[in-house]
Amino acid sequence: MSSARERLAMSRPKEGAAGQTGSWRVFKPVVDREKCNACGLCAMYCPDAAIDKDLNVDLRFCKGCGICANECPKKAIDMVREEK
Amino acid sequence: MLKCTSACAGCSDSLALRYVLKAAGPDTVMVVPACCTSVIQGIYPNTAFNVPVYNIAFGAAAACASGMSNAFRAAGKKTNVIVYAGDGGTLDIGIQAMSGAFERGTDFLYICYDNEAYGNTGMQRSGGTPMGAKTTTTPTGKTDAKKDIDAIIAAHDPPYMATACAAYPQDIFKKVQKALTFRGPTFLHILAPCPPGWRYPTEKSVEIGKLAVKTGMWVLYEREYGKVTIGPQSKAAMKKPLPLEEYLSPQGRFKGIDPKIVEILKQRIAKNYQRLAAEEEASA
Repeated sequence: MSSARERLAMSRPKEGAAGQTGSWRVFKPVVDREKCNACGLCAMYCPDAAIDKDLNVDLRFCKGCGICANECPKKAIDMVREEK
Repeated sequence: MLKCTSACAGCSDSLALRYVLKAAGPDTVMVVPACCTSVIQGIYPNTAFNVPVYNIAFGAAAACASGMSNAFRAAGKKTNVIVYAGDGGTLDIGIQAMSGAFERGTDFLYICYDNEAYGNTGMQRSGGTPMGAKTTTTPTGKTDAKKDIDAIIAAHDPPYMATACAAYPQDIFKKVQKALTFRGPTFLHILAPCPPGWRYPTEKSVEIGKLAVKTGMWVLYEREYGKVTIGPQSKAAMKKPLPLEEYLSPQGRFKGIDPKIVEILKQRIAKNYQRLAAEEEASA
């Protein structure tokens, strides 16, 4: 990557390109570890990849759509109103 | 694709896109015409995509990809060229460039993610909007049927084409990987439910996508050198379809739909099933 390339007006890949979208959230997902059987369906269906391999929700980026709670076969995820 | 795009909450396009880019790998160039995906990239100077993206005018995506692919092949590179266009950019505005690229036998993958309206500009009617659906330009429900783009593509006789649904991400992954192994134009049509446009709660995105397949509004199949294979999900739906009302009732865009139109939709589903089953039988 030459210095001439560096000056080009181009966008570069970055996590959180649209800012911290967690602020859009109204309901946040709370995982009940007792009920969870770690099937990983929530991570598979998350449109924003905000759930990692260990099934921790990244609340900086989670938009609170609730697909994870809806698709969880064990109903281990609750959507709780965000308190601010 | 990196975490956190500017897609709406519950966007099934970004869900599908994640798996498309995962399957395509790092040696990929995307061509994106005006559509939701050009918004999802984020705000300058950052982008959520970890591959080069070429943003281009609505009608020119396939033409641009055609030249790009030829240049890569001439330089001896095997870079995947993927067009990721919405239903407006495929069914309506981009169709002539796409048809041309398919006719020339360009080595690329054309993906149409279909949210059945111009979602980015505020849900105006497109050629992909199904009959009876309300959009901002058809407030009483669309009176015309959805354009069958898959039949149009099939007429170009590409080596591989398939339909997929964002509710089955593993299926998308497999189909994209398979499509990229072919030399020549390949096509993938993904149904992408859109929470604000179809007017249903965001958490139902995946559920609605599955219902579309289970009720038969959307059929998953592959066409490989003319040989049709209907996907297992749609095979199960053909044997025991769910009533169409289960798909229509959660969606605000079908609120107050005329029972006559529901009847027409049901007939079209039955006809579509028959046609595909016959094609599968004939090509087996």
